[in-house]
Amino acid sequence: MSEEDDFDLNDLDDKELVEQIQDDLYDGLDSEVTEGTEILLSRGWDANDVLGDALVAGMKIVGIDFRDGILFVPEVLKCAGAMKGGMSILRPILAESAEDTSLGKFVIGTVKGDIHDIGKNLVGMMCEGAGFEVIDLGINNPVENYLEAVDTHEPVILGMSALLTTTMPYMGVVVEEMEKRGLRKDVHIMCGGAPLNQEFADSIGVPAYGRDAARSAEMAEEHVRGLGKKRAHR
Amino acid sequence: MSSTTLSSASKEVTIGFGHPFVMIGERINPTGRKILAAEMKEGNYSRVVSDAIAQVEAGAQMLDLNAGIPLADEPAILAESIRRVQAVVDVPISIDSSIIEALEAGLEAYQGRALVNSTTGETEVLERVLPLVKKHDAAVVAISNDETGISEDPNERFKVAKKIVEHAADYGIKPEDVVVDPLVMPIGAISQAGIQVFELVRRLRRELKVNTTCGASNVSFGLPQRSGINNAFLPMLIAAGMTSAIVNPLHPELVQAIRAGDVLTGVDDGCTSWISAYKEQLKEGENPRERRRRRRA
Repeated sequence: MSEEDDFDLNDLDDKELVEQIQDDLYDGLDSEVTEGTEILLSRGWDANDVLGDALVAGMKIVGIDFRDGILFVPEVLKCAGAMKGGMSILRPILAESAEDTSLGKFVIGTVKGDIHDIGKNLVGMMCEGAGFEVIDLGINNPVENYLEAVDTHEPVILGMSALLTTTMPYMGVVVEEMEKRGLRKDVHIMCGGAPLNQEFADSIGVPAYGRDAARSAEMAEEHVRGLGKKRAHR
Repeated sequence: MSSTTLSSASKEVTIGFGHPFVMIGERINPTGRKILAAEMKEGNYSRVVSDAIAQVEAGAQMLDLNAGIPLADEPAILAESIRRVQAVVDVPISIDSSIIEALEAGLEAYQGRALVNSTTGETEVLERVLPLVKKHDAAVVAISNDETGISEDPNERFKVAKKIVEHAADYGIKPEDVVVDPLVMPIGAISQAGIQVFELVRRLRRELKVNTTCGASNVSFGLPQRSGINNAFLPMLIAAGMTSAIVNPLHPELVQAIRAGDVLTGVDDGCTSWISAYKEQLKEGENPRERRRRRRA
């Protein structure tokens, strides 16, 4: 970058700054995104608007380009890092704000016996970028972990991931247990992972199979929008 | 010197220090191959057979066979795949499944000395897989993760590998029949993944004196021009002391990079294999021996 390219984010008007944050998010520039977020807030922007117009809109572009093979995994991970920077400023404010425009909570975790997490992490960050509040349970989750998370967080969506043919049937165990407890009507379940296919997903009663991270986030968003209200969470 | 000898009904292959790097063909694996998965599930093995032949023609010294298809009878499909493949090619096979029944069915169907792919360091898995390996006098791939997951610390992964080798010994399986997979993580997500594996391979060779293998192409997951990364990675693994890998031999540049690795580490003595593989083809009908005879006459 040459010297002339350096400029002060404070010199941009609101519209330019929002576009600049989106560009910086795309380029994975953590400190620039954080700074831009702070400036918008200092100009009296509502935290929900900063999230929606700058960060979520920016991550949407990232998601599309990732899906289309224009961006690659290391780049998307950097974008997610930059998004985290902005979120670290917004999260405490959003938590206290009366108005909540998030799409709701998305609980995600890799099933018991399975320790793979890169795909799951990508889905998590895409969903966060789409406007969900993502709760990541990590790897190797027994059914109890999912039940507890559903109970504690009351998510709109529960996502399960597996990378092994031996561990993916465990998703069915979780689904059965949720059915038994009458939890399925409250929570939309999604599944994904390399060895899965639509047929398997249907067989465990989870037709919402996300074949890749970008598609999973799209499907999650479609589901919530389909509920016909912006605030789908309870 | 550690040598793992595998065989088919008619051919032996040795994975070992000082031996040519063994390319284990990865293509017969339905994960991510929709058409192959559908065909195997409905009992159509034509693609399994043609893939086996193509990989061996391309230079694979062994083949990996995996039948992990959702909602299918994996043991039966794996066993039948083995029979079909052994009917057309003579290279030894790596029987690849995480389901014990499938490994068992595969071993029952197999002729020769197989490589069982795989056991992890999880005690429960070890206790199921190792007796089977011993019963069939096979060798086994040992993946260096355990109940706690895949550690990013090479020392932890070394400890897991050591634990598996020791457990195997308890079952009467020799260290040379344990081929350790140090686990290759995507470099696009973990920038130290390459360095970690090189370090681990060196230690496994120096201290445990075991052979090593890996699913090498995982390293380039999520990157453009994956083959460029893969083709550089293999010779680096060879330099670190790795002795085999599960790769796609249908990429000629990858096969060439591996063979070059053997030349550069001095394993391909006199560059014999390299020369015979890559010497420019003589004109049709011309045969060096005849030409020499002509000259003498």
